Amino acid sequence: MTAPLPEVVPTGFPPPYPTAGGRFRPGQAVRVRHGMALGHLRTPFYLRGRVGRIERICGDFQNPEELAYNHRNGMALTLYRVRFTMAEIWGETAERPADTLDAEIFEHWLEPSDAA
Amino acid sequence: MPHDHDDHDHAHGHHHHGLSPSGHPYRPDDDTALSRFQVMEIALRELLIEKGIATAPEIMAQVERMDARSPALGARVVARAWTDPAFKARLLADGSAACREMSIEVDALKLVVVENTPQVHNVVVCTLCSCYPRNLLGLPPDWYKARAYRSRVVREPRAVLAEFGTHLPDDVRVQVHDSTADMRYLVLPARPAGTDGWSAERLAELVGRDAMIGVTLARAPEEPAPA
Repeated sequence: MTAPLPEVVPTGFPPPYPTAGGRFRPGQAVRVRHGMALGHLRTPFYLRGRVGRIERICGDFQNPEELAYNHRNGMALTLYRVRFTMAEIWGETAERPADTLDAEIFEHWLEPSDAA
Repeated sequence: MPHDHDDHDHAHGHHHHGLSPSGHPYRPDDDTALSRFQVMEIALRELLIEKGIATAPEIMAQVERMDARSPALGARVVARAWTDPAFKARLLADGSAACREMSIEVDALKLVVVENTPQVHNVVVCTLCSCYPRNLLGLPPDWYKARAYRSRVVREPRAVLAEFGTHLPDDVRVQVHDSTADMRYLVLPARPAGTDGWSAERLAELVGRDAMIGVTLARAPEEPAPA
């Protein structure tokens, strides 16, 4: 059974850092890729495969997976804050299912989710 | 003479397993080998100086600049937000720009300010390492960097908050912020009751480091100030 998605109230202001727009919009349901990759990654394991909602668009930033190897001329990627319920992250062992967690996730780690 | 006292029950010479004359335990000498990163820091610093890229005084000045940062900066920002609603709105929209307005050097810090409300309590962590708004709070406390805090506060935030003496009502949602990428987070605590008419300077004294991380609340006026 899918845990309920968190509520997201729009911030009411535009992203403070430049962005080309990105693929996802605030409030949209997204799933963090269940990917395994080598190298320097900023997507915590405990969020992989989890479904949340876009809380806000932060802006476009260089990919840390490239920067870690001093590749500084890559294309900037859109960075999002994604909100999850503790129920979604920890399942039945969540301390308080309706508490929430926000994390910054780059666009290439996110895919659309058809969760309501 | 180093051993001219007559307290023969006391440890002498190099066997410092007793207490110092002032009653403190002796700290063992730190005679271990340098770690890889300590060696790398020395090598890089010496190379920068040898190649003329930076001078030793410049490096010292930068270290001193970093050491001079303290939670008092963040407290000024919080107190301003409590007393100036238009500033608060700008702070929530773009934290770094609002800090620059106050002539606080934020450098490349990309600040997101999250506000505690009667419905939501915010708490900040970096599970991957120790990301922290250093320009506003100085160096992070050791517990913030420890694996126990980093792993537990995302798993059982209420239990962790309780260990800091913070007990939240059941109808308050805990909102954990994991700073996994480019943003850094500062919690805007709720203004304590009984502070109507206080100046920003006086209010800032109620705002401690831990309240801006989100593990405690701002100090109430009737609570004693920390020692």
